[in-house]
Amino acid sequence: MSFYEKYLNYRDFDFDGFLGAVKDEDILRILGKEDLDETDFLTLFSDKAQKHLEEMARKASRLTVQHFGKVIFLFTPLYLSNFCENHCVYCGFNSCSGVSRKKLTLEEVESEAKAIYAAGHRHILILTGESRVQSPPEYMMECVKILKRYFNSVSIEVYPLSTDEYKKLVNAGVDGFTMFQEVYNEKTYALMHPKGPKHNYLNRLDAPERACMASMRSVGIGALLGLDKVENEAFFTGIHAKYLQDKYPDVEISVSLPRIRPSAGHFAPKFEVSDKKLVQIMLALRLFMPRAGITISTREKADFRDNLIGLGVTKMSAGSSTEVGGYTLPQKTEGQFDISDSRSVEEIKQMLCQKGWQPVLKDWQAI
Amino acid sequence: MSDKLVIGGKEIDSRLFVGTGKFSSNRLIPEVIKSCGAKVVTVAVRRIDFNSAEENMLNYIPKDCILMPNTSGARNAEEAVRIARLARAAGCGNWIKIEVISDNKYLLPDNIETIKATEILAKEGFVVLPYMNPDLSAARRLKEAGAAAVMPLGAPIGTNKGLKTKELVRIMAKEIDLPVIVDAGLGKPSEAAESMEIGAAAVLVNTAIASAGDPVLMAKAFALAVEAGRAAYLSGTGAISEYAEASSPLTGFLND
Repeated sequence: MSFYEKYLNYRDFDFDGFLGAVKDEDILRILGKEDLDETDFLTLFSDKAQKHLEEMARKASRLTVQHFGKVIFLFTPLYLSNFCENHCVYCGFNSCSGVSRKKLTLEEVESEAKAIYAAGHRHILILTGESRVQSPPEYMMECVKILKRYFNSVSIEVYPLSTDEYKKLVNAGVDGFTMFQEVYNEKTYALMHPKGPKHNYLNRLDAPERACMASMRSVGIGALLGLDKVENEAFFTGIHAKYLQDKYPDVEISVSLPRIRPSAGHFAPKFEVSDKKLVQIMLALRLFMPRAGITISTREKADFRDNLIGLGVTKMSAGSSTEVGGYTLPQKTEGQFDISDSRSVEEIKQMLCQKGWQPVLKDWQAI
Repeated sequence: MSDKLVIGGKEIDSRLFVGTGKFSSNRLIPEVIKSCGAKVVTVAVRRIDFNSAEENMLNYIPKDCILMPNTSGARNAEEAVRIARLARAAGCGNWIKIEVISDNKYLLPDNIETIKATEILAKEGFVVLPYMNPDLSAARRLKEAGAAAVMPLGAPIGTNKGLKTKELVRIMAKEIDLPVIVDAGLGKPSEAAESMEIGAAAVLVNTAIASAGDPVLMAKAFALAVEAGRAAYLSGTGAISEYAEASSPLTGFLND
């Protein structure tokens, strides 16, 4: 079975009708439950639930502290290459975007690694554009070999690979995987990814499951919020996470909540995601999956990120660059998206300590 | 009467063991330990940054405490064994709390893999304290495998739900000739006392202390509860009677 079958169960569901019929009593009943089912989860995206945001926040906050402690895990992305054959209409690295292209040499990977390590990071997430020619799995493995000398945990956010390729990367020392479906609505997906290998919806949808099958330690998913109706997309993200957690209980499943940001492509999102809506989604997710990791990146503004601490977020990127060569190279590329929180690792650590939260830079030991 | 807890040849003065995972700051750890007098402290190897003097949480653990590194993150026996060896090689001593969890939904341990890891590590000279689902047969196997104590859960880790496994833990404490330490799930000092009353040799607490409004004071409350529960166990609690005792015995007319 693939998650696609679950997707089909809801594809033609009348989300608007359901959400419009939610009553206050429904929300109160759900807030009193220990285990939420899919319908409960969806109910929490309703406008009615927004009236109960404070109660939702209190419960989400309690669950987060209970399961994770007053702790935020920090990591940073390292862009290895922005060569890309895709045509994602919202992305700064779109193959037609005219941005300068670059792929780090192994020496450059090492100098970036040194700088990121010196800033305090121990967990790193490597990213590439989709190009099997420029950044094949073999190149990723060469990079991982270098990065393992510096970092306790290396995660990948790259184009969809086969189970065997994921296994090879796991054997090379990769322990984490992230992939955003970008948009679960299949029709919108086709419009957003008109050409290139990414046009294949199913190949991407099943990639997180392939990573689970390859014994990846942690697997993170997400939808790029703003590409389609936010409630529907957040719902599909949550039930996708639940599907993976139920089927692969030994994998740590986490969810990212990226809102679409201005990029080199100057794409204007069709669906607005207000701060309130983003918080509502995060709280609903925490109540639905109390132990799931929740990541908020530097796409979000500093003061907004600070306010989210304690509500459900467990992982934050810090001191990030979305440019290839962004940490050390004099000639870097444009960024994949604009960063809204440009604080250094040290500044993020200070902010967390001031709020009474512990920044954790190392939460895995390569074994 | 002497009432010493001895594990791995070491006399331990406090029957409250503490975890270090969920505090808002590592700086709280020494204060918590001081306030409750804990002598055994568990630390997840995955969190220790051996390369950083500033971030290394081992610096926050008083030197007179026994360090009990744990294998949090291990999904099978092999990973637990590798983590344990890594901890010892890095200078964390030879105590190890085995934690093998392949279930991220409830974080319930895998007894079978835990037994395998215990067997290997005990042979290698580790003082092995396995975290387990309370199960008498598994506890017996762990003893045969060389465990120095067994650590059944009171409730799923981090839930603060209390001693939900009471009857199973009571039977283990009665039958297993090893210290039985209730690890995980205890949310309130009264539940720690309850664990001690039924014969637990010690309890291990992290979430309930770390997530308290005042962790330092809560640590002290747990220490007092553990002491009270132990004293109650040693003194033998009075029998619980279903009926009020009649002051004129109903069988008083039966003269021998």
